[in-house]
Amino acid sequence: MSQKAQNNKAWWLVMPVVILVAFNAVIPLMTVVNYSVQETFGDNVFFYEGLKWFGQVLHSERFHEALGRQFLFTGIVLLIEIPLGVAIALAMPRKGIGVSICLVLMSLPLLIPWNVVGAMWNIFALPDIGLLGKTLNAMGFDYNYTRQPFSAWATVVAMDVWHWTSLVVLLAYAGLTAIPEDYFQAARIDGASAWSVFRYIQLPKMKRVLTIAILLRFMDSFMIYTEPFVLTGGGPGNTTTFLSIDLVKMALGQFDLGPAAAMSIIYFLIILLVSWLFYTFTMRNEN
Amino acid sequence: MATIKLNNLRHSYLDNPRGDEDWALKKVDLTWEDGGAYALLGSSGCGKTTMLNLISGLLTPSEGSIQFDNKDVTQIRAEERNIAQVFQFPVVYDTMTVRENLAFPLRNRGVAKPEIDKRVVEIAQMLDLSESLDTRAQGLTADGKQKISLGRGLVRSDVNAILFDEPLTVIDPHLKWQLRSKLKELHQQFGATMIYVTHDQTEALTFADKVVVMHDGMVVQSGTPVELFESPEHTFVGHFIGSPGMNVLPGSVVDERIGYCGYTVDAHLRADQLNGADSFELGIRPEFVHFADQGIPVDIVKVSNTGRVRIVDTRHDNDLIRVVVPEGESIPADKGYLQFEPYRTTTYVDGWRVGDKVTPISSRTGAATRSQISQSQTSAGSAS
Repeated sequence: MSQKAQNNKAWWLVMPVVILVAFNAVIPLMTVVNYSVQETFGDNVFFYEGLKWFGQVLHSERFHEALGRQFLFTGIVLLIEIPLGVAIALAMPRKGIGVSICLVLMSLPLLIPWNVVGAMWNIFALPDIGLLGKTLNAMGFDYNYTRQPFSAWATVVAMDVWHWTSLVVLLAYAGLTAIPEDYFQAARIDGASAWSVFRYIQLPKMKRVLTIAILLRFMDSFMIYTEPFVLTGGGPGNTTTFLSIDLVKMALGQFDLGPAAAMSIIYFLIILLVSWLFYTFTMRNEN
Repeated sequence: MATIKLNNLRHSYLDNPRGDEDWALKKVDLTWEDGGAYALLGSSGCGKTTMLNLISGLLTPSEGSIQFDNKDVTQIRAEERNIAQVFQFPVVYDTMTVRENLAFPLRNRGVAKPEIDKRVVEIAQMLDLSESLDTRAQGLTADGKQKISLGRGLVRSDVNAILFDEPLTVIDPHLKWQLRSKLKELHQQFGATMIYVTHDQTEALTFADKVVVMHDGMVVQSGTPVELFESPEHTFVGHFIGSPGMNVLPGSVVDERIGYCGYTVDAHLRADQLNGADSFELGIRPEFVHFADQGIPVDIVKVSNTGRVRIVDTRHDNDLIRVVVPEGESIPADKGYLQFEPYRTTTYVDGWRVGDKVTPISSRTGAATRSQISQSQTSAGSAS
């Protein structure tokens, strides 16, 4: 180590990035930290409160419920989107015009703005005029997402699956097409079944992209706001009030800046912790 | 074990092949004898891998048939043909241990567990993998992985043939030699037919008893290394085998005899056997061209020293003629005269040999020829 020349001038090269990150991430985050330990009654008058808001948030039933809903939603969404995405990627063609057609079709949902997705599903699922809502009711299902919690949940989940499964498909497809043909030929000669090929070749080779897919889908679905906000507004009651909807209600609806800031930090730490645990756990065998 | 017969085999990767160039494999008739060690030699893209995949059943031929011991297997799938194939890039199942990798083909075929365990241990011992049996295959080096690929083929006791598709490409040079000797050893031990695809003549000639040379989708010659060296059926074989390759010169008729630029040459062909071909070529190995006091006048262009021999590039008119000069013989400075050894010249029309084969020296001085070939191999090896 001592042999290496120390060139501290290189730090100047990373300076622009440091400044950029400081202004768009660190400084806003610090204001949140600042709010989270103070109380204000307006007029820019602040009183130091220590960790009081953190204690309050962590012990509040409202937070527990929102957190529970959030984990349930993320869990359901991951359980559907990851296997479904892999299945679609496996079924997609490997060559010919079909590849481009599939890729374009798959990318479409990803290109639609999130609030438009919410608005689309809002109208699509309306029981009296929406195609989905009206059809379901005509088929004899009692479906009304503005009144029934189960209908609301099913709609929010369906919307997320529709919106984001493509991302998993595209990642998994990229992973699949990167496997050299030799593997499949060797497997045929070894007499491997389709399941064995999936279990011992495709799945292990997709491990890295699937890890990324799961991480991205975990983080995004855990932070979901716009689509359910436009679709259900968190209702009926509080049944689809996920963490970020609750947070916005607290911060902008009730103007409880201190507890909201404390909740933001807890929220952020949960995402960080889960992502880190997941990544460390899945990658521990890689060298 | 089986004799593999290819009858009128043709293959194209296109649905509707039209011209000649659409065929990856142009009509091959060939028999691979049971228990032979074959090398399939040719430059990249000449159809070697296509032929291998047709034999193993990974591809179904567009035309023609494949027989194993007179049984038609053309439409039989790869997994049912009992062929083992080792690929250019080692294929291992990453999540399995070495033991599970070796057991995989047997498990897929429903072999009983005690039998599997016994075979796996045997094969691991043969390939020096015993110690790493319970480690994960993922962490092994390239040669270790390639041994596993090979082991998965050998572990099946009923394999008809083992096919190698340039298996040493990703192996370190010093391990190549070891692994190749291992293959030879296994061939002797198992007696299975082995077909070894390569574009490296050193690899082909050291591994095989019989070499099949392919060029542009065709089998241009199949024979022992000595036959390929002495009587190339096609100018491509002459170029490809030997280092340096054969001199190919424009032929002419001189005094109703075969000649070159006004000089007569002793060849196994009379001018009247040419059947009116417009032009023909002469092929003579650099090993059989010598400097003399009289003969074909040439300019000396370049002398390269390869250790045991010197390769001299000479020029007559616009033709490059290479001469191999053994140690101790003198080389003229700027200009000299060349003599072709009698009856060492082969004649070619449109690239293919016409007239009789060159009398094999092997029947007279076999040892000499072998040493000549191994000399070429050494120089090829050192050049690569």
